[in-house]
Amino acid sequence: MKRRVVITGVGLVTPLGTGVEKSWRNICSGVSGIDLITRFDTSDYAVKIAAQVKDFQPDDFFEKKEAKHLDLFVQYGLAAARMAVEDSGFQVTEQNCGRVGVITGCGMGGLPTIEKYHSVSLEKGAKRITPFFIPMVIPNMPSGHISMAIKSKGPNLTLTTACAAGTHSVGEAYRHIKYGLCDMVVSGGTEAVICGLGVAGFSAMKALSGRNDDPAKASRPFDRDRDGFVMSEGAGMLVLEEYAHAVARGAKIYAEVSGYGLSSDAYHIAAPPEDGEGGARAMKMALADALLAPEDVDYINAHGTSTPLNDKCETHAIKTVFEGHARKLAISSTKSMTGHMLGAAGGIEAVFTALSLYNQIAPPTINLENPSPECDLDYVPNVARKMNIRAALSNSFGFGGTNAVVVMKRCDA
Amino acid sequence: MAIEQKMIDIIVEQLSVEKEKVVANASFVDDLGADSLDLVELIMAMEEGFDIEIPDEDAEGITTVQDAIDYVKKLK
Repeated sequence: MKRRVVITGVGLVTPLGTGVEKSWRNICSGVSGIDLITRFDTSDYAVKIAAQVKDFQPDDFFEKKEAKHLDLFVQYGLAAARMAVEDSGFQVTEQNCGRVGVITGCGMGGLPTIEKYHSVSLEKGAKRITPFFIPMVIPNMPSGHISMAIKSKGPNLTLTTACAAGTHSVGEAYRHIKYGLCDMVVSGGTEAVICGLGVAGFSAMKALSGRNDDPAKASRPFDRDRDGFVMSEGAGMLVLEEYAHAVARGAKIYAEVSGYGLSSDAYHIAAPPEDGEGGARAMKMALADALLAPEDVDYINAHGTSTPLNDKCETHAIKTVFEGHARKLAISSTKSMTGHMLGAAGGIEAVFTALSLYNQIAPPTINLENPSPECDLDYVPNVARKMNIRAALSNSFGFGGTNAVVVMKRCDA
Repeated sequence: MAIEQKMIDIIVEQLSVEKEKVVANASFVDDLGADSLDLVELIMAMEEGFDIEIPDEDAEGITTVQDAIDYVKKLK
């Protein structure tokens, strides 16, 4: 018998708030989390804006010594995972721990710590590099720390597929449960690279919005005047659990994960093909896996980065997959409010998608004032919409031409 | 006295422990919760704080607060 997979816990650290309730309330109210960068001096930088997490207090989650040895991306990921596991009420025990896994994603790892200790090595010499340097920066430390924190002894994996990492992680977690390898998996994404090197790197690619004089308006997916994405950070983690297991213990079920698709563009290091065909194939594969027809879907949480190319190509891809039904879909980019959380985006947006299904609300795409001519679908402009959502997609596309899509549906248990 | 006080401050900061626990015969591993990586970092902090070099073979012999204080006093 095919095993079903449901979401029974969620956790968020985002520029719109630490904690699921605060972030979700702000998302539904159309609040922007973008502002001037305060984390470092941007005088010499062309881009001076980002969406920084503002209210995260390490003391709320970690002992002082523990926090000192965790790069920010590990802190966010671990904090969000603890929230999700607590929210789920799932008890990891000696008996079940081998069937509990952790699969998380990030784009880069501990870039701020790499930057810091590179300076230390130049100024003070190689002998001044802390023994915690490597365990602070390697990308799989969030999944490692989460497994140590919850005492899970099943699979412990990290995917680094750039901006698709969070969605790939949720998809792989879904597969691990569906195919019987695990009964519960903590999954999602985390990222924190708002530092000089990170901003300079994306800025050099001309990928970022230069709207320094009006940060709250800078992320404007599908709008005519969009000029790039806005760097962001945070973590979104979910507890995925086998359906019968969740029902047996009376767990709260946010949504069912029912499909996963993934593909490669085989085209360019950063740009999608004009017709977005790689993303389209991932969406088709996810729908087929979910045994859903295009007409069964009501909502898409788009990748929607606010770059000129992505929003045009993603719109084209959605039309390719959904044909006539494309115009009936509600599509929104929550990145209009959160900015682009890179490897964390898929995790955070999976949480938003689950909450959209659970609450039957499509979040808005803010700053959509003059839709671009080639972006002519319903992007839920500026105001959240209470609506019937039976099934939803969450899209993520990453540098390296890698695409991931998960399908979720309402679970009326 | 200056060396004692400075050493205690370094240990409190590095190991995030209460100052009252940093007594002369306290063992870094058994009493102050340090693991092997903490010890390496602690020795580095002593080197930086007192502007000295502690070779690895000497570092192995520094296991208590008093060991550390004695080691630095001998050099100063």
